[in-house]
Amino acid sequence: MLASEPLKECVEVYRITGRKVLAEKVYEIWVEAPHIARHARGGQFVIVRTGEGGERIPLTISAVRGGEIRIIFMAVGKTTHLLASLREGASIPDIAGPLGRPSDTRTHGTCVLVGGGVGTASLPLIADELVRAKNRVITIIGARNASLLLLEEELAGISDELIIATDDGSRGFHGFAADVLKIVLAREKVDCVWIIGPAIMMKITSNATRDPGIRTYVSLNPIMVDGTGMCGSCRVKVGGETRFACVDGPEFDAHQVDWDMLLQRQRMYIDEEREALEHYHHECSCRGGAA
Amino acid sequence: MSERPADIRVHDFLEVEQNLGVAEAVAEASRCIQCKKPLCVGGCPVSIDIPSFIQAIASGDFPTATRIMKQENLFPAICGRVCPQEVQCEGACILGKKETPVRIGALERFIAEWESIQDPILPVKAPPTGRSVAVVGSGPAGLAAAAELAKYGHNVTIFESLHEPGGVLVYGIPEFRLPKDVVRREIAQIASLGATLKCNHVAGRSVTVPELLAFDAVFLGTGAGLPSFMGLPGEDLTGVYSANEFLTRVNLMHAERFPETDTPVRRGSRVVVIGGGNVAMDAARVCRRLGSRVTLVYRRRREDLPARRAEIRRAEEEGVEFLTCSNPVRVVGSPCVTGIECMRMTMCGPDESGRPSAVPVPDSLFSLDCDIVIEAIGQSPNPLLLNEMEGIRKGPRGNVVVDDDCRTSIERIYAAGDVATGAATVILAMGGAKRAALSIHRMLTGDS
Ligand SMILES: Cc1cc2nc3c(=O)[nH]c(=O)nc-3n(C[C@H](O)[C@H](O)[C@H](O)COP(=O)(O)OP(=O)(O)OC[C@H]3O[C@@H](n4cnc5c(N)ncnc54)[C@H](O)[C@@H]3O)c2cc1C
Ligand SMILES: Cc1cc2nc3c(=O)[nH]c(=O)nc-3n(C[C@H](O)[C@H](O)[C@H](O)COP(=O)(O)OP(=O)(O)OC[C@H]3O[C@@H](n4cnc5c(N)ncnc54)[C@H](O)[C@@H]3O)c2cc1C
Ligand code: SF4
Ligand code: SF4
Ligand code: FES
Repeated sequence: MLASEPLKECVEVYRITGRKVLAEKVYEIWVEAPHIARHARGGQFVIVRTGEGGERIPLTISAVRGGEIRIIFMAVGKTTHLLASLREGASIPDIAGPLGRPSDTRTHGTCVLVGGGVGTASLPLIADELVRAKNRVITIIGARNASLLLLEEELAGISDELIIATDDGSRGFHGFAADVLKIVLAREKVDCVWIIGPAIMMKITSNATRDPGIRTYVSLNPIMVDGTGMCGSCRVKVGGETRFACVDGPEFDAHQVDWDMLLQRQRMYIDEEREALEHYHHECSCRGGAA
Repeated sequence: MSERPADIRVHDFLEVEQNLGVAEAVAEASRCIQCKKPLCVGGCPVSIDIPSFIQAIASGDFPTATRIMKQENLFPAICGRVCPQEVQCEGACILGKKETPVRIGALERFIAEWESIQDPILPVKAPPTGRSVAVVGSGPAGLAAAAELAKYGHNVTIFESLHEPGGVLVYGIPEFRLPKDVVRREIAQIASLGATLKCNHVAGRSVTVPELLAFDAVFLGTGAGLPSFMGLPGEDLTGVYSANEFLTRVNLMHAERFPETDTPVRRGSRVVVIGGGNVAMDAARVCRRLGSRVTLVYRRRREDLPARRAEIRRAEEEGVEFLTCSNPVRVVGSPCVTGIECMRMTMCGPDESGRPSAVPVPDSLFSLDCDIVIEAIGQSPNPLLLNEMEGIRKGPRGNVVVDDDCRTSIERIYAAGDVATGAATVILAMGGAKRAALSIHRMLTGDS
């Protein structure tokens, strides 16, 4: 094991106060983190570390309630599986934030928010701020099938209109969120759009707003380490310029993003990630526990 | 001081330099001729009473040596290892004129190691003043400021954005030069002095500027952590790192133990490190320990390498290849790095910094095969917090402008260390922080 515990005087305890399984492999947890809750705004994220030897991973702040924040994540690799194994009452050793620039939630007029997969987790806080700024908010959420839809009721409550799309037609519109977005754009004048989801979905969906020239924000998710502008791991290219997503973003103008570079850099550690997950599952099965 | 043999140490992250034994330390201390006007003290940025602490070692009185040391420097185990002594205390030592100077750094480290197995000797604390100070950053500057301010009796809270305190001492300088246990041990004193440390608190985000200003004074020790990139074509390919990222992955996140730990790092079969300073040497030597062949590419001549002589020698012993008078122009690959193209450089007249400038030789393009490129070409202050401080005066390289008393252009905000000076040294950061702490103390107590 590692040499010695790091010194941490006055360790703050970031306790998990609630945990729920939202869909297959998708979890929501509420954590006590007053230093983050106090200032969290739509579009910002936290960096979580699950313990000694753990990786620092970024997760979006999905909602705030008093001194607690909510994060919603999909168990994809070692760290997210580990987070998923934590129960109510357990604590997360390290959580830093709120990081990144807040979303541009001024008064724009009519705004469309498009969420794909766990990207939907980012929408409530942004939608809420937009509504408060007197925008008309239309939310579109997409998923592969009905069982994977997230936050339907909550977003219906905040938004002026909620439209659902599933790839297999098991709920709502049969097709992609991008198709729904095109229908909305054809139907009415839209002033500002947010698209948040997997990189490939953001790339494709943002094509719909390119020709009409509608201001469109996407939340980029490159690999991060510190999340404070100190390493350059998260560099992305926007409008031909190198930017650090953790401090200059994570939201950027969709039509200026170099998507190929983002997609390529996200795959940097694909072999190592598989190895880490196998190592984790192996350790769990040796201890007789389940992942 | 003996060094572990290069062919052995290149396979591990254990410390290269070994500590002096008691007899060795006493003998080394006895070499000091106890100058009436000790030049060594003038060479030390924090003016340690070097002859007195050395004399105490020579007479075997280690507690006294420790006490003398700690009057000026609470972190001898760190400074004894990482100070560039050859240009500071030892560089000034009179014995250096004829023979080798007294090995002051090694003696300093010896005393620190001796103390580490005793009960620590803590400085005396003044009675509480009831005044509060926020210290931002827990690198050498923040730690030194916090220690001084706590000694003066102020109520100190340190905010650190990472999950571990220490700044460059933990994320930048590798284990084999500065073991992290040593850093933790010296940082633990800060807590014993009563300062509160809050990790995971990003000033400017978790703690806003108005919240900082709710303290009676604010000390900025946020360092120079923003990595520069050269802007080369191909810089975004998979396998190009800033030295900061690469070193952070290994030193702070322990990627060398992946998959036992969770943060990965690429292990190249051949790595090209760009740069010639201490950071470049550290990155190159870490790569050697990860099993890579390493070539260091530097645009000036070998004698111009800005790194410490001893570190250059050690890197060379460990098998780092040096390619001087060469400058990269393009990284090639798709999507992973497969090589780098460089130009030969030639030296001509001095540039504006007074150093000879390097200019490319026409038609001298050549390429090197490699799968990792690490850029170690410099850092500047991170603007994250400074951007939130409206009206704070900054210099051309993004550093905070301070006066002789370490005051910034905003009232009650002080700064020292790399954020004020640009990338410098541990002891300069600590020295600056002590001056800042004194000015803060004077301001808070109305004492001048
Ligand atoms: C600003 C931002 C906000 C995010 N918000 C959410 C969220 O709210 N919910 C959610 O489920 N996911 C979110 N992500 C993605 C999340 O960080 C990754 O799923 C997580 O890091 C995976 O870690 P792992 O160890 O479980 O998986 P791994 O097996 O390590 O990685 C799986 C994939 O996740 C990505 N990834 C891995 N490590 C990192 C890292 N250190 N930083 C960023 N991406 C990484 C890579 O593309 C990788 O292929 C966000 C990412 C960013 C940058
Ligand atoms: C690889 C490397 C090797 C080096 N080797 C040597 C050597 O051998 N000898 C030597 O003397 N010097 C060396 N140096 C230089 C030396 O480390 C620095 O000069 C010194 O650490 C500066 O101290 P500092 O406290 O000003 O900043 P740092 O050590 O950079 O500490 C700043 C701290 O502030 C934190 N911080 C930043 N912004 C915020 C914020 N907004 N909120 C909260 N916290 C924040 C950072 O996370 C960090 O912990 C080296 C530097 C590097 C990078
Ligand atoms: S602090 Fe550094 S410069 Fe001063 S005496 Fe010690 S090693 Fe020398
Ligand atoms: S200059 Fe050298 S010999 Fe003279 S007091 Fe200092 S260490 Fe001793
Ligand atoms: S994550 Fe390190 S600079 Fe953005």
